[in-house]
Amino acid sequence: MIRRILSTAALEFRIALRNRWVAIATALMVVFALVLAAAGAAPTGDIGADRLSVVVASLTSLAVYLVPLLALLMSFDAIAGEVERGTLPLLLTYPVARAEVLAGKLVAHLAILALAVCAGYGAAAAAAVWTDPASTAGLPALWRLMWSSTLLGATFLGAGYALSSVARRPSGAAGLAVGLWLGLVVLYDLALLALIVADGGGGFTTQVLPVALLANPADAFRLFNLSAAQATAAAAGVGGAAATIPLWQSALSVLLWPLAALGLAIAAFRKVTP
Amino acid sequence: MTSTLTISRLTKRFQGVEALDQVSLDLGPGMRVALLGHNGAGKSTMMKIILGLIPFDAGEVRVCGAAPGSGQARMQVAYLPENAAFHPALTGEEQIRHYLSLRGESPRRAMELLERVGLAKAARRRIGTYSKGMRQRVGLAQTLIGRPRLLVLDEPTSGLDPVSRRDFYALLDGLAAEGAAILLSSHALTEVEARTDRILILSQGRLAAQGTLADLRRRAALPVGLTVTPAQGAAPALAQALPQARPAGDGTLHLACAQDEKLGLLARIAGLGDRVADLDVIPPSLEDIYSHFSRRAGQ
Repeated sequence: MIRRILSTAALEFRIALRNRWVAIATALMVVFALVLAAAGAAPTGDIGADRLSVVVASLTSLAVYLVPLLALLMSFDAIAGEVERGTLPLLLTYPVARAEVLAGKLVAHLAILALAVCAGYGAAAAAAVWTDPASTAGLPALWRLMWSSTLLGATFLGAGYALSSVARRPSGAAGLAVGLWLGLVVLYDLALLALIVADGGGGFTTQVLPVALLANPADAFRLFNLSAAQATAAAAGVGGAAATIPLWQSALSVLLWPLAALGLAIAAFRKVTP
Repeated sequence: MTSTLTISRLTKRFQGVEALDQVSLDLGPGMRVALLGHNGAGKSTMMKIILGLIPFDAGEVRVCGAAPGSGQARMQVAYLPENAAFHPALTGEEQIRHYLSLRGESPRRAMELLERVGLAKAARRRIGTYSKGMRQRVGLAQTLIGRPRLLVLDEPTSGLDPVSRRDFYALLDGLAAEGAAILLSSHALTEVEARTDRILILSQGRLAAQGTLADLRRRAALPVGLTVTPAQGAAPALAQALPQARPAGDGTLHLACAQDEKLGLLARIAGLGDRVADLDVIPPSLEDIYSHFSRRAGQ
């Protein structure tokens, strides 16, 4: 089983390398992270936090948008592309389980994402430490951001595979992926914000909001990193909510979502008839 | 176990339309069987059912003693899809190495397989740069992995030139001699004529005929054609002597007769002496036999 998964992963990694996905993902993360590191340099004095902690807070906001986007861009074609190229029927006559095929793709795509995340955050951290040697205090927060970003990526990779299986056609899968990204990463928060304003601190804000935040992998990721770093002061947005939700709850959401998404992907892929 | 593939009363419907209707088939080790039929006759559907890619509605299918698509069946079955396709960014060698790994074989054997199908020189080029025939060879190379007991080949020679076609059938002969059962589909009877032990003609989901080519030829009992060329100036006399003949534009006379009347007719024409310049006997072509069976079942 391991051999089949690794062979699939090696093949997918090679394809991504030749399709320039490795280069694109890494370059995108590095550029955005460095821009944030440079832009986030100004308010350091007022907050009293070290430079890196501030950068981590900014990077968290970046990761919430960019990591799901990259993950969906890499995964939407995974099944639909095979269907369109006509490579799926032959593959499925091989003694390889569908879950193994997905696992192989996941290993490759996750490795690329981890590479991009490490390169991007690493560059930003290097810049921060270079200008402020006290920044080494923020290294644990950076490490936490790295692995939780990778898990966030895994969640959206799994979601992308599921959409790819449901859509069957790459164009349809791309549409669904963009829709999912807009929905979960952008509109979800806007809707919550609107409800908070309408509610005016009532039952919704105290009862429903924490659950709603944990139920969205992107929000759970943001909560987890902000509350763990205790750097809420440096961040805007859901910072206030972060204080009311225990750390273990957001951590659990960050850990469970990738498994749920992958389970969903496997279930959807099993329904595909070549 | 004697039979590699057993299909009995297989029925498959797509939205109420019967794609396959009570098809039965038995394939033993070393047998080469050709599945013929028009587009949409049910050939690919039948193959996909044998491979376990799509479910079926009624009947029974056993592949190497196991259910189609089960792990045990997939270990022993090789498939070549119609228009074999691969990821264009990979090289032929990389693709075959992956398939070897999936079957639990050493990826180092990739070059050897590509050599067997005459693709060694292009092995390190991306499949995106391959011609259709070359892609078909990659597909063929992957069917040679392991020791498949059943090969399911969907239009395997489409896109191959005549020489490659001959090489391909030579490869199949070798596999069959080692005990592999082979089921291949084709549009053309001419192509599979000498290379298969049995021919199945599928028409609108039904098995219209099966047997050896000689069987089919005998059962079809199609008329034999004769072309008589009259000697100089003997045309009117000849036409009178052979009243059933149809004159053709080039001055020759065309006749048709049943198989068992052929010799008698030949003797009569020979008896016409020097009024006849030449005589050609045209047996029913393979295409005629094929359309005879596929048309009859379609009615």
